[in-house]
Amino acid sequence: MHGDFVSQLSIFVLAIFVGYYVVWSVTPALHTPLMAVTNAISSVIVVGALIAAGPVDMTQAKVFGCIAVALASVNIFGGFAVTQRMLAMYKKKK
Amino acid sequence: MDMQNMTALAYLVAAVLFVLALRGLSSPETSRAGNMMGMLGMAIAVGTTILSPEITSYGWIIGSVVVGGAVGLLIASRIAMTAMPQLVAAFHSLVGLAAVLVAGAAYANPASFDLLDAAGRIFVASRVEMSLGAMIGAITFSGSVIAFAKLQGLVSGKPVVFAGQHWLNALLGVAALGLVAYFCVDQSPWVFWSLVALAFVLGFLLIIPIGGADMPVVVSMLNSYSGWAAAGIGFTLHNSALIITGALVGSSGAILSYIMCKGMNRSFFNVILGGFGGDSSAAGAGGAEEDRPVKQGSAEDAAFIMKNAGSVIIVPGYGMAVAQAQHALREMGDELKKAGVKVSYAIHPVAGRMPGHMNVLLAEANVSYDEVFELEDINSEFQQADVAFVIGANDVTNPAAKSDPTSPIYGMPILEVEKAKTVLFVKRGMASGYAGVQNELFFRDNTMMLFGDAKKMVESVLRSLD
Repeated sequence: MHGDFVSQLSIFVLAIFVGYYVVWSVTPALHTPLMAVTNAISSVIVVGALIAAGPVDMTQAKVFGCIAVALASVNIFGGFAVTQRMLAMYKKKK
Repeated sequence: MDMQNMTALAYLVAAVLFVLALRGLSSPETSRAGNMMGMLGMAIAVGTTILSPEITSYGWIIGSVVVGGAVGLLIASRIAMTAMPQLVAAFHSLVGLAAVLVAGAAYANPASFDLLDAAGRIFVASRVEMSLGAMIGAITFSGSVIAFAKLQGLVSGKPVVFAGQHWLNALLGVAALGLVAYFCVDQSPWVFWSLVALAFVLGFLLIIPIGGADMPVVVSMLNSYSGWAAAGIGFTLHNSALIITGALVGSSGAILSYIMCKGMNRSFFNVILGGFGGDSSAAGAGGAEEDRPVKQGSAEDAAFIMKNAGSVIIVPGYGMAVAQAQHALREMGDELKKAGVKVSYAIHPVAGRMPGHMNVLLAEANVSYDEVFELEDINSEFQQADVAFVIGANDVTNPAAKSDPTSPIYGMPILEVEKAKTVLFVKRGMASGYAGVQNELFFRDNTMMLFGDAKKMVESVLRSLD
C-alpha cells in the first residue's frame, strides 16, 4: 500500500495538467461560480474526516473527525447551493 | 472484483465528475448541468466512504452532517451577491481548518488510517504528507480569516506593514519547513502542534500587509492553497479522489490569481508582498494642484445625450456594487434599448472584489449575459460608441496606464473609454482611485462628470428618460 507514492504523484501531476486546461476553458463571466464550486469540491476532504469519525470509541481523533465533517458539510452544501443560485441568474433574453 | 478495487473505482468516478463540473463552466448553458455532476460526484465519494468497513459508528457523523449542511444551506440561500467574496473567503477558511483537523486526527490515530509501520511508528512519507497538509491547511485557515475580515469590513482594508515584515515571514516559513523535516525523525506531539501553531501565525502575517483592493488575488490564492491542502491530505490517506480534486482546485486558484495579477499588471510577488495602495492620503495631498475645471452635467443632460446616441457602453466598477446601483442601471439600459439605443456592458478583469464578481452582480440584476463583454472583446468597440457610461470605476479607465511610464498603474490593461465620442463619469467627487493617481480623463472636452451617489444618479437619469 505504501510503495505507491510514485503512482500517486503521477495522478497528482497529471490532474494538475487536466485542471490547467479545463480551467482556462472556463468563461471569465463564470469565474465567481468557478471559485464557489471548486470550494465545494475541495471539501471532498470530508472523506478523511469520515474515516476519523468512523470508530465507535470517542477519542481525540473522532472529535477532530466530527468537527471536520461538520465544517466540510457547511462547505459542501453551502458551496453547491450558492453555485446553483448564481448559475440560475445567468439568463439570455431574446 | 474485491472491495478495495470497487472503492478505488468509485473515487475515480467521483473525480471524473468533478472535472466535468468544471468543464461545464465553459458556458452558462452547460454550467447548471456541470454543477449537478459536481453534486453527484460528491455524493458518490461520501457514499463510498460511509459504506467502507472503517466506519462502524454513524450517529455522530449524521449529526455533524445535518448541522453543517443546514448551516451551509442557510448561508447559501441568504447571502447577498455583493458579499460573495467574503463568503468564499469564509468557506476557504473552513476547508483549511478541516484539513488541519483531518491531519490532526490521522496523527492522533494513525492506525485507523493504516499509516503505521511494523515497529508501530508512522511512515516517514506519511509524516511528510500529513505535516505539509496540516501546514498548508493552517495557513489557508488563518489567511482566509483575515481576508474575510478585510472584505467584510471588520478590520480596515489598509495594508498593515512594519519594518522587517518580510524577513520575519521568511524566517517563520523556514522554521515551519524545518519542523516538517524534524517531524520525520521525531514524531512527538510538540513537533506536530508547534508546526500547526506556526503555520496559523504565518497565514495571518502573510495576508495583513495586503490591501483591500488586492483581495481578488488573495481570495484566488487562498482558493489555490485550499486545493493544495486537500491534495496533501489525499496523499496521506492514499485517496485518489482527494489528490485529483486538490490538484484541480490548486491549479484553478493559481490560474485565477494569474489572471487577476495580469489585470492589474502587477507581478504575483508584488501583490503578495503587499503594501500597495496604503498611502492614498499622501497622494491626495499631492493632488491639491489639480484645480483644473471639469465639465459637470446633470442627470437630464446625461439622459438627453444617451437617448440620442446610437450605442452606449456601460462600464461598471466596484463603486456601482457598493452603491447597489445594478438594478437601477439595468432599468436604465432597458429604457435606452426601448429608445433604439444599442446597450452593452464592459467588464474589466479586476472590476469587482473577486474574479467574475461584476458578472454575477449584473446577472443578478437580470442583465442578459450576451450583453456583457470582457475587456479584450469590447475594447475595439469604444471607437464606434457614442457614449461610454462609467459608473463606480476609475483606475481601469485611466489612459495614464498607456501613456505615462511614471504612473503607478502604467502597463495595466484599461478599458479605452476615452475613444468614445462622449464619456459620462458617475462619481461622488473628484477623489482619486485606489491607486492614488489622478485620472486625466476627467478634464477632457468630451468628458462630462455626473457628481452624486451612483444609485441616485442612475435613478434620476432613469426619470429623465421617460
